[in-house]
Amino acid sequence: MIKNISNLGDAALYCDFGNDVNQKTNTKVIRYFENIKYQKIKGINNLIPSYNKLIISFDLNVINFVELKKKIEDINISEKDIKQNHKIIKIPTCCDDEYALDIERLSSKLKLTKKEILEKYLNKKYFCYMTGFIAGMPFLGDIDKKIRLERLETPRVKVPKGAVGITEQFTNIYTFESPGGWNILGSTPIKIFNQKNEKQPILINPGDTVLFYEINKKEYIKLNEN
Amino acid sequence: MKINKIKVLREGINSTFQDLGRNNFYHIGLPFSGAMDKRNYLIANQLVGNKHNEAVIEFAYQGPLIKIEVGNINFAISGDIKFNIKKNGKLIIGDCYKNYNLSKNDEVDIVSTNNSVYGYFAVSGGFDLKKNFGSFSTHVRSNVGANNGNKIQKNEQFFIKDFKENYSNKSLKYMNSKIEYIRILKGTNFDYFFEQSIKEFTSKEFLVTKLSDRMGMRLQGPKITNLKETNIRSEGLIKGVIQVPADGNPIIMLSDHGTIGGYPKIGVVVSADYDRLVQIPSGKKIKFKFIELKEAEKLYKLYQMETENLLSQI
Repeated sequence: MIKNISNLGDAALYCDFGNDVNQKTNTKVIRYFENIKYQKIKGINNLIPSYNKLIISFDLNVINFVELKKKIEDINISEKDIKQNHKIIKIPTCCDDEYALDIERLSSKLKLTKKEILEKYLNKKYFCYMTGFIAGMPFLGDIDKKIRLERLETPRVKVPKGAVGITEQFTNIYTFESPGGWNILGSTPIKIFNQKNEKQPILINPGDTVLFYEINKKEYIKLNEN
Repeated sequence: MKINKIKVLREGINSTFQDLGRNNFYHIGLPFSGAMDKRNYLIANQLVGNKHNEAVIEFAYQGPLIKIEVGNINFAISGDIKFNIKKNGKLIIGDCYKNYNLSKNDEVDIVSTNNSVYGYFAVSGGFDLKKNFGSFSTHVRSNVGANNGNKIQKNEQFFIKDFKENYSNKSLKYMNSKIEYIRILKGTNFDYFFEQSIKEFTSKEFLVTKLSDRMGMRLQGPKITNLKETNIRSEGLIKGVIQVPADGNPIIMLSDHGTIGGYPKIGVVVSADYDRLVQIPSGKKIKFKFIELKEAEKLYKLYQMETENLLSQI
């Protein structure tokens, strides 16, 4: 199922699952990720699943590229290897104007009213393709074709923690204050990454389903964990 | 148990607790972190008789000013560092790669690094800190690691774990080697770039800009022009990856990098050159040289042997 394995530097494997970005390809990546993680192959330091790639970094003192490539090629993934414990997570989101930083830009570029944009966005099921960039940040999709828009021309230096944004076919949550260029249409008071909970630090894992529902500012302040 | 405690009178620049780094959390967005210059980190711990994964204070350009608040400490500093010791009211010019004993009210003033970026301050017994996700290493951006994931601040106090005080004097003769060029392997998007750009990438010099930190080293030089696309679908990153965004200025991913990125990868720094790469200060220029995987693996073995040899001399 892996189309090609090459080296990324001298201490990582670059497993290419093709160029498509869709749930089918990504599910394959997640399947490999979970299987390899479970096998605890000696020398593997880190696994980084993304839309259609899996990067495996390793300890060059223990194993090398050729040896690990062979091990990964020999893995046989069957249908029954798929873990079925993926969750559905509902994320409360406040879309009042003070949190929906880019709603006007979205509205004018997409030629839709705020209400229409939120109707197309909220209460829809989104698939979690991957987690990362910053700790716990989920990359979710796919959003309605009518509300897809490119990133801001000039990214923000600081996107506030909790911001919910969209770009192209994807939506995400800024789990920490960070630079970023996504179109922000709301904010969630829920803590997505909890460094104090080492067993389960992240709320949303690759393969999970996420749904955003609207709350008002009063509820937002009451729920605020950030 | 005897209590030994230090107080930070000046925090220095980017002073954090670091150890060998954190594995197995890239998939949730936590990078490796850890000491930037691994060899100097290991040497510092060895000089004070610590295990190899004990937390030390890493600083950049300028280190902290530390006062012994309670008890005694035995410390060593590694790197290319200018520092002074105030012992019983007397001023001593400090030497790197050597351990010192200090008592209550004595001070260590880590003034600056010489023509390098990072230095390490290790104490016998180690700092009494809590691990987070299996490591002491601080990742400030996600508030993970020792000291609640924060940089070391002025007036903070830290306890030192118990240590054998009848230590022997230890030292090492070591010169941090400078490097003429950074050796790299072809990146996964190598063929995205113009032949002319690849030529310039390996023949011209690049300036290390001030925007460099533990996350990344931002370079400026001849504009690296992209043939294909200036963005790729976001995918995983590892330290040492050289990404080239649309503006044509390469960025090298360093230990605290974001775990996912969407710029084409022109090359990856070989593991053997990483310690030396991170020590190149802003304002200096670097050159790149492409080599083959087999050679990189050999260089790493050599690097590893050299490190072990140095540690065995202490």
